[in-house]
Amino acid sequence: MVMPQIKEADVPDMPPQSDNAVVARGISKTYGSVEALRDLSLEFPRGQLTSLLGPSGCGKTTLLKIIAGLLKPNSGEIEVNGKPVKGPGPDRAFVFQDFALMPWANVLRNVAFGLELRGVATSEREAIAEKYIAEVGLAGFEKSYPHQLSGGMRQRVGLARALSVDADVLLMDEPFSAVDEQTRRKFQEDLLNLVQNENKTFIFVTHSIEEAVYVSDQIAILLPRPSRVSEIIRPTDLRHKNVDNIRRDPEYLDIVDSIWASLRSYVE
Amino acid sequence: MMRRSLWLKIVSAVVLFGAWQIAGMIPVSYAFPTFFESMAALIRMAGDGTLLTAYIETLRPLVVGVGISAFLGIGLGLWIGLSAKFDWLFSPIFIVMQAAPLAALIPLLVMAYGIGLTSKVFVVCIMAMPVIVLNTASAVRNTPASLKEMGRSFMASDTKIMLRIIIPAASPVIFSGLRLGVSAGFIGAILAELKITPTGVGDIITYSRSIADYPAMYAAIFSIILLAVLFLNFLERLEVYLFEGNVRGYASD
Ligand SMILES: Nc1ncnc2c1ncn2[C@@H]1O[C@H](COP(=O)(O)OP(=O)(O)OP(=O)(O)O)[C@@H](O)[C@H]1O
Ligand SMILES: [Mg+2]
Repeated sequence: MVMPQIKEADVPDMPPQSDNAVVARGISKTYGSVEALRDLSLEFPRGQLTSLLGPSGCGKTTLLKIIAGLLKPNSGEIEVNGKPVKGPGPDRAFVFQDFALMPWANVLRNVAFGLELRGVATSEREAIAEKYIAEVGLAGFEKSYPHQLSGGMRQRVGLARALSVDADVLLMDEPFSAVDEQTRRKFQEDLLNLVQNENKTFIFVTHSIEEAVYVSDQIAILLPRPSRVSEIIRPTDLRHKNVDNIRRDPEYLDIVDSIWASLRSYVE
Repeated sequence: MMRRSLWLKIVSAVVLFGAWQIAGMIPVSYAFPTFFESMAALIRMAGDGTLLTAYIETLRPLVVGVGISAFLGIGLGLWIGLSAKFDWLFSPIFIVMQAAPLAALIPLLVMAYGIGLTSKVFVVCIMAMPVIVLNTASAVRNTPASLKEMGRSFMASDTKIMLRIIIPAASPVIFSGLRLGVSAGFIGAILAELKITPTGVGDIITYSRSIADYPAMYAAIFSIILLAVLFLNFLERLEVYLFEGNVRGYASD
């Protein structure tokens, strides 16, 4: 097994070993003749946000779906809370890149849909859904249909739906890629608050180096196909700094630069 | 919005009937009555009960045929859409059925099933079913993969994914298939009465033509079109009622 080389961005000595919500061990996945992942291993510390960063087509979505139990790996194993994953489970919720909202259902029903599928009674699930709709800032839009909402609002609906099932692990596949830059920055701030306030583990796929450094406790850099983790970066110090100043912080800029330096050779 | 579309309907009806009236007054053909003559004949036939007796006769194969086509058609379509093997087995049959020249098949049907209700129901089904089956199947096949994945990620059973995701997602195309199928079924019902045995509305058409009572003939044709339009409107209402958000647009638009 190829062990990823771990590079501490700021703290020279290893942080205390935290317990992991999700562990991926030796995951390989091929689609026909395309080898997407090869022997990938990665740990996702509990209560933290881990970003998967890498060039397009390197298998980030594939890894996320394997963790979600939507895809079976050819070999290797995923453990969630110490138990091996056999399929989708109540401990994980997925936020889809294209929102995956049902156009025939209003916001309330969309947000409550995860609970509806689990057989929660109508009044109970609608109360829970309303709480999360308010939490993501969509109060007053319960009766609207998806096509009446902006892209950013639709993504909030998808987020509220994932939050409402109260899973330990939130899997987010490029959740902010379909919204404009201003909304995206707002979402990133909201996400930081979410990580702070909800006691959940976040696994976050992104294309953006800046976004990854801004929101992550841990960044896993994936190499192009067949993919493994090439580097793990922990911008630990950044997390204790004031959110408003992070983008001007020299450390932030250094980390962004060093990630770009290691990725650029694959982009050319 | 609703009001405006109602106005548009009224305007287009007035334009159509006006053109009919003018064409009848010119006249484009000796055998083409004006709109008002036809309406007078329609009222007369409605008054003396001719129309009612005719429709009792005509509606039987129509209702039975459309009913069978809708239930069997949607059921088969779902099945074909969900299973590649079934698709391979059944799709060609319906594609051939859709393309078949029905008039040429009618003598065969009469030979096999006689001139009774069965043959007429068959004609309605042959007209209505293929488009319902094929539309339903393609709609089911084209359900967005991410919606199905969403269902699975929340641990939905296959039945729930089918009932709460696939069918609602496919409903706009299923309904458009139903609308096309029902219109074709109306054509089939009249065709059956013209080609097999003149009964019901088909009898009014044949008989009034033979005695050159053209207003009555056109009144009968008009009434069947009117009934078809009313029924299609009902289908549209049903769709809005069942899947409100679908009708107004897709989130991915
Ligand atoms: N269903 C599939 N069938 C065949 N090949 C697939 C399938 N899904 C993904 N692949 C291949 O696997 C590789 C990894 O795909 P994946 O979607 O995981 O990439 P990604 O890192 O999420 O890319 P992006 O950043 O563009 O979303 C790609 O090269 C793709 O061609
Ligand atoms: Mg992807």
